[in-house]
Amino acid sequence: MSETATEREIMEYDVIIVGAGPAGLACAIRLKQLKPDLMVAVIEKSAEIGAHILSGAVIEPAALDELLPAWRESPPPICIPVERDEIALLTATSKRKLPTPPQQKNHGNFIVSLGALCAWMAPQAEALGVDIFPGYAAAGVHYLQNGAVGGVIIGDMGVDRQGNPKDTYMQGIEIHAPLTVMAEGCRGHLSKQLITKFKLDADSDPQAYGIGIKELWQVAPGKCKPGLVQHSIGWPLDTKTYGGSFIYHMDKDRVAVGFVCALDYSDPEFSPFEAFQQFKHHPSVKPLFEGGEILSGGARTIIEGGAQSLPKVEMPGALLIGDAAGLLNLPKIKGTHQAIRSGMLAASHIAEGSTAEGFDETLRASPIMKELHKVRNIRPGFNKGLWRGLITAAIETVTVGKLPRTLHNHADYSSLTKLQDMEPVDRPWVKRSLAPRDRLASVYFAATDHDEDQLVHLQILEPDVCITRCGEEYGHPCTRFCPANVYEMVTDQMTEEGGSTANQHLQINAANCVHCKTCDIKDPYQIINWVTPEGGSGPNYQNL
Amino acid sequence: MKILVGIKRVVDYNVRIRVRSDGSGIDTDGVKMSINPFDEIALEEALRIREAGLAEEVIVVSLGGNECQQQLRTGLAMGADRAIQIDTDADLQPLTIARAFFKIVEKEQPGLVLMGKQAIDGDNSQTGQMLAALWDRPQATFASGLSLSGNTATVVREVDAGLETIEVDLPAVVSVDLRLNEPRFVKLPDIMKAKRKPLDVISMDDLGVTAENDLKVSHYAPPPKREKGIMVEDAAQLVAELRNRGLV
Repeated sequence: MSETATEREIMEYDVIIVGAGPAGLACAIRLKQLKPDLMVAVIEKSAEIGAHILSGAVIEPAALDELLPAWRESPPPICIPVERDEIALLTATSKRKLPTPPQQKNHGNFIVSLGALCAWMAPQAEALGVDIFPGYAAAGVHYLQNGAVGGVIIGDMGVDRQGNPKDTYMQGIEIHAPLTVMAEGCRGHLSKQLITKFKLDADSDPQAYGIGIKELWQVAPGKCKPGLVQHSIGWPLDTKTYGGSFIYHMDKDRVAVGFVCALDYSDPEFSPFEAFQQFKHHPSVKPLFEGGEILSGGARTIIEGGAQSLPKVEMPGALLIGDAAGLLNLPKIKGTHQAIRSGMLAASHIAEGSTAEGFDETLRASPIMKELHKVRNIRPGFNKGLWRGLITAAIETVTVGKLPRTLHNHADYSSLTKLQDMEPVDRPWVKRSLAPRDRLASVYFAATDHDEDQLVHLQILEPDVCITRCGEEYGHPCTRFCPANVYEMVTDQMTEEGGSTANQHLQINAANCVHCKTCDIKDPYQIINWVTPEGGSGPNYQNL
Repeated sequence: MKILVGIKRVVDYNVRIRVRSDGSGIDTDGVKMSINPFDEIALEEALRIREAGLAEEVIVVSLGGNECQQQLRTGLAMGADRAIQIDTDADLQPLTIARAFFKIVEKEQPGLVLMGKQAIDGDNSQTGQMLAALWDRPQATFASGLSLSGNTATVVREVDAGLETIEVDLPAVVSVDLRLNEPRFVKLPDIMKAKRKPLDVISMDDLGVTAENDLKVSHYAPPPKREKGIMVEDAAQLVAELRNRGLV
């Protein structure tokens, strides 16, 4: 938050919701269903609702049935019933079908674009009287004198790269509300601040994350089998790294393909983007995409920590819901139903008591938490590698999580092995022929846009560490883990008397950023701080 | 004086345009739509003229279905006083748009009509000129500077040879270029105020205008894909490759 010389303009609401994803919109809709007179606003940093949303996505419809009982009569624009599930174990050259684990049986579920789903939910919220403001980023928290959360501060617009006001400068306003609902999604930057300030994670494990990279393809006619859901584990990841792929066959020859990989991987040379592209070139996968073209693409981190990493979800004046809290069910690879249900639960909690107090207890006693508790040991089971992970997963599934044990999560940033301790890694990567050529070509499909003349929204807290320690210890992993090529080490040649010296510096191509938050999570020194850029900046995802 | 500003709903400039596979047009499914950027500049200029005390009212006008109300509301949030939607689902070409605008001009009697020099979808650059002809009033196109004094507008135009300054008598049609100004950001409370500003819907039929498309588009096609380049070792190989292809 910057110091301001003049008083900011203030708008007042009963409830302010940060983030127009499935959790935030569900909360807004349910609030107005329960208490039509309540003044509810939703602010969203993307220029249009859904433009920063990226998800698989196969969703369980029960939560939507509860929220909008008539939804099936006018479903979202992309909504294809799942016809068949497939799961396979890949090696570099082969594919072996596996039995579908019960959590991943998708009968009755739907393949959607979560972005399109949110864009479809938003007008329904507006019809109930919710004020939705896309293009406005919550840049700071407004605290009351007693320390409680009292709303949010919208970021200033029209500030140049040095922080000076431009001709178009517009001061952001404050939105005050007795209750603020944080629905920013995975690793929200204000949620992160609040979790630290109120020590909400004092009694929970460190959070665990993954990165998901996704592309939407128009495949050659005849190749798409609408309703087919395909997942894989194994290649191109080694057995120490947790992750897998998804291919969802939609309508109109459109296929969503993506790759998710846990951010606790240990190899600093590893590039999740390259792993995804290699997956697309697997002999069993590549033919699907040959002759097709990419429609859009992008990346987003996923919250994987589950029950043991769930922070306290209430603080004075504010609540955490959805992935901002961390409610995704990883073995199901689904978070949307949890997000919607937590939004609704928060709404009824607010409608009943007009206070944040007690929400943590309510959430922990709810079916949302029961679902997470059942599968709590599956993700950490994979800390010991793929094979032991699969065994743990089988045991935990058979016993429905009733074994009296809880495995623990560790912090992703601490999992990298130093270069000097690395065993040489053999990567039999193939030469790629499918688009995109590289990360820059990929960013083009995210249609990401940031005014170049604005403050860099990726703050490096200790720039010296990048050059000195990080280069030596990890070889600048930021230049590889970022799926959008934001981080680049650049050598400056300086010619002086008596010879030339080469100095390296970190160049931050902030305009490429797709707001996935990987850097904020994975940077081993925790010196990258992702803050929100000017409202309306960022990717313009279409149907992701 | 009233200022009438034409704004068009177009595919956002950041969006990657895709031609539909059957060649019937551009794919707009799930695509972000915005005010044509040149029209946004026209509106900004109108607002500045009003703020300078040289106009009393700024009216934004758009043609299309209900979806274009979104852009009209944005125009109202930027500061326009009221909006008019000419309701039609017809396929629109510049002459039809100019005819419909002319009906509104006759009704509202503006002292100045501002619009973008072209829309970034069709790139026609015709509507303003056609409107001026129908109205039988002066036109000044591609304005990168505009000042009003009494009954004249002084317009700086970007032309091939440099800058050209012309004077036109008002009322007139002025179409604006990129460098005229930088549009403002919309203030959040103004979005709320915009919801309460008047937005009149008039059907194009009621204006007595029908879409007569003299121009038929046979089909759309994307530009041919660029062939992959090759890396050459040295100048000799470069020359040899160029010779092989018959380029030198």
